[in-house]
Amino acid sequence: MRSVLSLALLLTSNLALATGEVHEYQLDNGLKLIVKPDHRAPVMVSQIWYKVGSSYEHGGITGVSHVLEHMMFKGTKNLAPGEFSRIIAEHGGRENAFTSRDYTAYFQSMERSRLPVSFELEADRMRNLLLQPEEVAKETRVVMEERRLRTEDNPQALTYEQFNATAFLNSPYRIPVIGWMNDLENLRLEDLQVWYQKWYAPNNATLVVVGDVQPEAVHALAQQYFGPLEPSPNLAPPKPRPEIPQRGTRRIEVKAPAELPFLIMGYKVPVLLTAGEEWEAYALEVLAGVLDGGNSARLSRSLVRGSQVAAEAGAGYSLYGRQQSLLTLSGTPSPGQDIAALEQALREQIRLLREQPVSAGELERVKAQVVAANVYEQDSAFYQAMKIGTLETVGLDWRVLDDYVPRIRAVTAEQVQAVARKYLHDDSLTVGVLDPQPMDPNARPAMPMGGGHGH
Amino acid sequence: MDIKGNRPIFWLFLALVTLLSACTTPQSRDWSTLAAHTTEVSTDIEHWTTANGVRVFYVRAPELPMVDVRVVFDAGSARDGEQPGIALLTNALLDQGAGERDADAIAEGLEGQGAQMGSGAERDMAWLTLRSLTDPALLDPALDLFGQVLTQPRFAPADVERERQRMLVGLQYKEQRPGDVAERAFFRALYGDHPYASPKDGTPESVRNLRAADLRAFYERYYVARNTVIAVVGDVDRARAERLVDQLTAGLVPGEPARALPAVADLEAPITERVRVSASQSHVLMGAPGTSRTDPDYFTLYVGNHVLGGSGLVSRISEEVREKRGLSYSAYSYFLPMARRGPFQLGLQTRNEQVEEALQVLRDTLVKFREEGPTQAELIAAKRNITGGFPLRIDSNRKIVEYIAMIGFYGLPLDYLDRFNERVEAVTVEQVREAFQRRVDPERMVTVVVGGAG
Repeated sequence: MRSVLSLALLLTSNLALATGEVHEYQLDNGLKLIVKPDHRAPVMVSQIWYKVGSSYEHGGITGVSHVLEHMMFKGTKNLAPGEFSRIIAEHGGRENAFTSRDYTAYFQSMERSRLPVSFELEADRMRNLLLQPEEVAKETRVVMEERRLRTEDNPQALTYEQFNATAFLNSPYRIPVIGWMNDLENLRLEDLQVWYQKWYAPNNATLVVVGDVQPEAVHALAQQYFGPLEPSPNLAPPKPRPEIPQRGTRRIEVKAPAELPFLIMGYKVPVLLTAGEEWEAYALEVLAGVLDGGNSARLSRSLVRGSQVAAEAGAGYSLYGRQQSLLTLSGTPSPGQDIAALEQALREQIRLLREQPVSAGELERVKAQVVAANVYEQDSAFYQAMKIGTLETVGLDWRVLDDYVPRIRAVTAEQVQAVARKYLHDDSLTVGVLDPQPMDPNARPAMPMGGGHGH
Repeated sequence: MDIKGNRPIFWLFLALVTLLSACTTPQSRDWSTLAAHTTEVSTDIEHWTTANGVRVFYVRAPELPMVDVRVVFDAGSARDGEQPGIALLTNALLDQGAGERDADAIAEGLEGQGAQMGSGAERDMAWLTLRSLTDPALLDPALDLFGQVLTQPRFAPADVERERQRMLVGLQYKEQRPGDVAERAFFRALYGDHPYASPKDGTPESVRNLRAADLRAFYERYYVARNTVIAVVGDVDRARAERLVDQLTAGLVPGEPARALPAVADLEAPITERVRVSASQSHVLMGAPGTSRTDPDYFTLYVGNHVLGGSGLVSRISEEVREKRGLSYSAYSYFLPMARRGPFQLGLQTRNEQVEEALQVLRDTLVKFREEGPTQAELIAAKRNITGGFPLRIDSNRKIVEYIAMIGFYGLPLDYLDRFNERVEAVTVEQVREAFQRRVDPERMVTVVVGGAG
């Protein structure tokens, strides 16, 4: 197995040369530009990343980052509402935008010669957005529909939202990206105005271009279109607001119309930026892989196929964030099983990780998948750009991406056990349970959930 | 970064909140909308047939040391017959035990090489996919396992029982999603007694009655060489591709191709169905039988629909429903071309109180478009978007392997990609108007509304 891995690693490092080096530039106004040539197809993706997202928000204006993202398509001093999208479309482009906890990003995928179109339009709306009352009112209604679609009428999402707000008491990670409904209902044009003025500036943005392009030419284009933009003089990073230490297990129950119960558990864990020792974050990545890195991983093998306590089970962790985060476990019980049995089974998995080192075979499988995935990712220019943008925007250098494979490969079974012992304990655990209520509005309320889930 | 497969469902809604819904057009159908180049890009598809009758489609892509294999069978849920769900469950069982190996051993073997396997089924087809590095030390064992999954599935009763239970849970999951409830009702109403009416994941009653012997019989009938298309894209030369295909499929018996599906009848009268659930929004789906893959009107309707509701925010439906009135996050229309006439569908979701208003806007937009057709300017813009964006459609191995599998499955000409552009460019305003008037009748449509009280 070892020889196989090093072979594959050799391939990956050759590949880095074949797809071109990453080039980094900084304009005088503070805009950072990162270009990664990929000449496989005559296309490019251009993404602009702003350091702002729901974790920059506070009570009363939650969701403002995301509503502003929508408003960025609704006109500037130079363009009518919707004009941005029409121009991109006429150039054969595909566009979208996304908001997360730590970032707001906009992208256009286009044939390579259309890069100036993308730059011209993005530079314009970085500084010239026109927030018009009627457009704000309409678009906020659209976002409320989006919230109904994603969250209000989606019992698992609703459970997750409340679970998350329970796990984090003071950290801004408790804020749902789409915002609380009442905050959306009361969002004012001035809130958007302030947010735009505060965060949309070249010295708070990273421009990432991946595709069939020449770095120097992209740099010159960026100078031409973004260079003249004024930086924000008073740009201050958000206050730290770290989560206070958790002192004991927290539990919530969410009643919502649903057919199936759902369980989600989360342990407070560090991310790469907050880990005392960097290896801890990589060990947590491997730990999550041991639990849920494919069909051979423990949750599928032991819970879905073995004891069959779960119809579905998963684990989640991401090491690239601004703040302390969660390692989550979630699942749906099999017919005839209940939430209590599922929770017990998931806790048993945590106990095993704390008490026994993972096997050599498991560790090798996780690593083999990481090495291969590193090649597969290069099949998507978009994904490559997305990774660079994410790292830069959360405050990590994109070069950290190059560390990923070697750092994962260096993780030992002892380190996986050490992070399990250090972080996966009851006092830092939050548990959320979806208690299904009738979908049919005429039905009588459901019987209380199967016994024994209360603790 | 992403080493965890099997992401829990909730993870999807944590990560990102977006401007545009990702499902404005149905997923994995994107390849229906191929347009040819403004920039010169070509895909040299090589085609051959194996000794036992598997049709092979291959593109060499030497840039990355990896290979994608997509095996497609005419074994989708349109073949369910009296046993709704059997196509999907049969497909789900393939990697749950094959040859000497159980599910654990198969997963360990593949994942230990860094290989990724996938599977699934829709109405027309069922498929298995493999992605692997091309280093022989990794690829050979992965192919060996993948070949066993393909040709020697076990259908052990215990595995069948477990996956059957999970499928029942999957059905319950869909029942709690108003959009999924609407989709099922829409297909049922649209297709009546045609095989496309059958829900691909079955019904609780039908799934409860599926047995291992049924699945084996389904497998033996439909997972046969002459009912199979295989697509290969990656860093393997032709000789290696031929060996690879033989290694995977030599164990398939020749068998018989599946019989042609019956034609889809027009709706005789409008059908309206309202389903009341506890929800803050109502989901609206409207539509009628649309086009087949080989329909002579396909390009005309596709380009026309790009103006009507197929191009995200700049389409008329989005303009009327979302941009002008703020009624819905996602509002769209599409033609889903299938072996027989797939659906022409329009959709939106809006808060219960305003569903009648939204439905009226949707209908009016369709009626007006049908009467007047697109403007010249709209048509030109649509063509520019389709043809100008052509290179994006084949810019990765993953996309290319899906395209060529589709071309092979539906028997489209090998120059389909090269000629797409000229066929899009040839469409005129008059043709769009004429085709919509002849093919779309707003007085005879299915309308499904699933949601709460207004």
